Amino acid sequence: MRLVVDLNRCQGYAQCAFLAPEVFTMHGEESLVYSPWAGDEHREKAARAVAACPVQAITADGLADPADAPAGAGRVASDAR
Amino acid sequence: MPAEQFHEWLRREGRIVVVGASLAGLRAAETLRAEGFTGSLTMIGDEPYEPYDRPPLSKAVLLGMSAPDRTDLPRRREIDATWRLGVAATGLDLAAHRVRLADGDEVPYDRLLIATGVRARPWPREEEAQLDGVFTLRTRDDAVRLHRRLKAGPRRVFVIGAGFTGSEIASACRHQGIAVTVAERADAPLVGALGGVIGSVAAELHRDNGVDLRTGVMVTGLEGDSVGRVRAAHLSDGSVVDTDVVVVSLGATRNTEWLADSGLGAGPRGIACDAGCRAFDFRGIVTDDVYVAGDVARSPHALFGYQFLSLEHWGNAVAQAEVAAHNMISASADRRPHLWVPAFWSAQFGVNIKSVGVPTMGEEIMITQGSLAERRFVGVYGYRGRVIAAVSFDNTRWLEFYEGQIERGAPFPVEYPTMDRRPEGRKPVPADFPDPSLPTHGATVTLSGYSPADRRLVFTPARH
Repeated sequence: MRLVVDLNRCQGYAQCAFLAPEVFTMHGEESLVYSPWAGDEHREKAARAVAACPVQAITADGLADPADAPAGAGRVASDAR
Repeated sequence: MPAEQFHEWLRREGRIVVVGASLAGLRAAETLRAEGFTGSLTMIGDEPYEPYDRPPLSKAVLLGMSAPDRTDLPRRREIDATWRLGVAATGLDLAAHRVRLADGDEVPYDRLLIATGVRARPWPREEEAQLDGVFTLRTRDDAVRLHRRLKAGPRRVFVIGAGFTGSEIASACRHQGIAVTVAERADAPLVGALGGVIGSVAAELHRDNGVDLRTGVMVTGLEGDSVGRVRAAHLSDGSVVDTDVVVVSLGATRNTEWLADSGLGAGPRGIACDAGCRAFDFRGIVTDDVYVAGDVARSPHALFGYQFLSLEHWGNAVAQAEVAAHNMISASADRRPHLWVPAFWSAQFGVNIKSVGVPTMGEEIMITQGSLAERRFVGVYGYRGRVIAAVSFDNTRWLEFYEGQIERGAPFPVEYPTMDRRPEGRKPVPADFPDPSLPTHGATVTLSGYSPADRRLVFTPARH
């Protein structure tokens, strides 16, 4: 699964790092480093991280259609600020 | 055909060509489809890969968290495009509405989006740049090569240029225990982008993390051994640094050469466009069928005195692509201006550096929250009595507030009370940017003046 984090939007809440530590890690207090590719074995965890991000900064493949995304889980945020 | 009928036809069966298959090109294509464009869409890219993300190449990839060839961008939707990858655009015929490709093909368009971005500025001496062990870092192929060499355990990595990319590379090397020397022409890292006050904090960050930081020096030459491998770098202070990997991080060059004879207002500073992303031609007349987005664009911004801004920012590529795509298929009354407030981030040495606004316009800076010594602060830049930009080190949650201040043109100096204000932050001090007439590689925002087409450029008409 391909993913990208809008790091302008990210505020370092680290929810993703708790939920999918194989994909997202914190370097220092608020700096997020992530793997842009999550293997199938981490897919479910990564999807949970996408849904849990308080500022909806994570976009990932196949989780939702951004144009008509249902509110809530897996919404893919607009990357524009 | 009346205008409304034309746009209806365009949306239904027009031909849109996007030159540049990276972040801006992809997001524009997705926006076109999301807004109901059902015509033909052609994506042209000089690299042989589908759109991939570049910021991880100097972060997660060098830290070993991601393979260099696994940074493909996720898709917001299907775009049903014809992909022409691995073939560069080599020319544009504005009158005939055609893009020429390196393989001789010509692709006709009704609307064209140019998102060709920038490329790494190479080491200027070609024979030295060819030495084995000398790298730049911009593309996936660059990342694959550099990653392989770093994994092999070099004795010392030598980074030329302490802008954001150079600093991130140094950070990744130190994280893995690789010895690294950084040479910077200015007096500190990040000076071109954030000024000397912040640069001095960045310098401490380098040194505390074990980087051998050399400032105020230029690299006078790279020396190779008998089989063409780099073995040393010579500096202007007479010193010599033994190294087996050199990374040239001297900023970027805009990919506009292919437009040189097109008649478009394109040059070394980028392609001039209006606030609606429509490209200017070389006479300063706006086109209505050629649009620009991303790093290669420069457009006037109302918040910053209508200066033409070139923004080498990830977020700008996305936001500008969305506006350009919308405007390409909309009648003039429905078009939107690109008024995104510049914003960027960098992660280095475990510190989260973020900025909003245009720091390089700043005359003065004041530390309104936290302290430089703790490397956790917000610095606010002032320009002619108003807030023009802000930078945070590990204090990102406050930036949104300052973005609002910039948008409102709030007064500077900042007189109101702020959380965690220290005595040192009560008075503004000079922001200490280098002389803008000197070349700097660190600025990610380039103020390129008012003129949409640089009159000093010689226009050579295309031969058709």
